[in-house]
Amino acid sequence: MSLDRIVIVGASLAGLRAAEELRARGYEGGITVVGDEPHRPYDRPPLSKQVLTGTMDPAATALVVASGSIDDLGLEWRLGESATGLELEERSVLLGGGERLGFDGLVIATGASPRRLPGTDHLAGVHTLRTLDDSIAIRDALAAGPQRVAVVGAGVIGAEVAACARSLGIEVSLIEALAVPLERSLGLEMGAVVADLHRAHGVDVHLGVGVVLIEGSDRVERLCLSDGSVLEVDLVVVGIGVSPNTEWLEGSGLTLDNGIVCDATCLAAPGVVAAGDVARWPNERFAEVMRVEHWANAIEMGEHAARTLLGDAQPYTPVPWFWSDQYDRKIQLAGLASSDDIVEVVSGRLEDHRFVAFYGRAGRIVGVLGMNQPAKVMRWRSLVDNASSWADALAVAAASD
Amino acid sequence: MRIVVDYDLCESNALCMTAAPEVFEVRDDDFLYVLQDEPAEELRAKVEEAARRCPKQAIVIEG
Ligand SMILES: Cc1cc2nc3c(=O)[nH]c(=O)nc-3n(C[C@H](O)[C@H](O)[C@H](O)COP(=O)(O)OP(=O)(O)OC[C@H]3O[C@@H](n4cnc5c(N)ncnc54)[C@H](O)[C@@H]3O)c2cc1C
Ligand code: SF4
Repeated sequence: MSLDRIVIVGASLAGLRAAEELRARGYEGGITVVGDEPHRPYDRPPLSKQVLTGTMDPAATALVVASGSIDDLGLEWRLGESATGLELEERSVLLGGGERLGFDGLVIATGASPRRLPGTDHLAGVHTLRTLDDSIAIRDALAAGPQRVAVVGAGVIGAEVAACARSLGIEVSLIEALAVPLERSLGLEMGAVVADLHRAHGVDVHLGVGVVLIEGSDRVERLCLSDGSVLEVDLVVVGIGVSPNTEWLEGSGLTLDNGIVCDATCLAAPGVVAAGDVARWPNERFAEVMRVEHWANAIEMGEHAARTLLGDAQPYTPVPWFWSDQYDRKIQLAGLASSDDIVEVVSGRLEDHRFVAFYGRAGRIVGVLGMNQPAKVMRWRSLVDNASSWADALAVAAASD
Repeated sequence: MRIVVDYDLCESNALCMTAAPEVFEVRDDDFLYVLQDEPAEELRAKVEEAARRCPKQAIVIEG
């Protein structure tokens, strides 16, 4: 099959890195990038960090390429336009305006959208955080000096928003239905350390409780929690997870199941690949079907999917990796982590909020977590890459700490 | 090829070291050391990968 027209849907991290890799591999045909946001690709991590605290100009989030300029990639941008359908047989993408874009190869990188709390759409002062515009709106709301902010959901984004608001001196209540913050990412034991970090910074932490009601006439005024407590608040940021953006693919023939289901090489159908937050694939390294919502995965999977599209189809077997910045702490996790794993601190002390911990499963190390220990995390992540035995991993850490 | 790191942006998260250990090293003092400012051309692919993996976009490749 000869490739001459490649369409990329989703003008963000995975889509841009796919385009870069197509060019790096010598593909010289057309590349059209369709994105429903008005902006050129920008970086999301600063949106819940420096942009919120006002220490980074939103314009500085623009993504750049390693050498030269993004314009050297020769991309045709269709920004502010959404893809509304896919015709697999005809090999075309439908655009909102009714136009059909034909393709020989398609990269789907439409990411994910935040879930909302039902029944809050009419209330001002209730935000979700995914886009540059969301971040600017929350930044401005924080700068207006609210009395108390409620952050609903203590996943990575909620925890970062809480940290930003506290560092601006604002009173914060952090509400999480699970037993600890970041439970899905780090498991119970290490999630408890994150809870401790937030309490130490004066956050009013509510764990294991849900939000029953958000009240207010046109602006939010109070939250009623499932344990009966009532919080007077004038700003709410909701971070209760995301759903992959696949509505536009319903009925297209692609398999959709909490994301676009791909094979081990990122292929979703002949000549169609998917990457980033929207894609689910079997990661043969861990014998697990995954959908990963991390920055590094969007890059690596975007690049991998591009190679698959060009005919170099290898299994995509990454060790997932993410970081989160909260206050002056950097949390980094390489690999997997769950409440069922054994966890052992191999360097530093939990109480100091500066440590490295290993996660073990079935006799092997599966994850390395660090708080303010980047060099060690990066060095020891090779233990996960190599699927070292638990005993060997502990011995390596003991010898080099 | 010349490597310029913006140390005001760099937060020493050591990602570049994973991609191109010949060029980048974050030591236990948590500072980034660039081992060679002008690495040989055969390292270009690795250095470009390091620049793409840098979450702070702190690495610039000149030439
Ligand atoms: C606030 C925030 C902070 C984060 N911080 C971290 C962090 O500290 N560490 C970390 O590891 N990860 C972090 N992440 C996660 C990381 O940013 C994401 O994993 C990454 O952005 C995923 O990239 P993507 O290209 O797959 O999807 P996205 O970035 O979601 O991009 C998808 C794009 O496609 C567009 N689109 C959707 N549907 C259509 C359509 N039908 N037609 C056209 N365009 C469409 C969307 O509008 C969007 O622009 C953070 C995410 C957010 C939101
Ligand atoms: S990846 Fe970037 S931020 Fe991290 S150590 Fe290297 S240059 Fe610094």
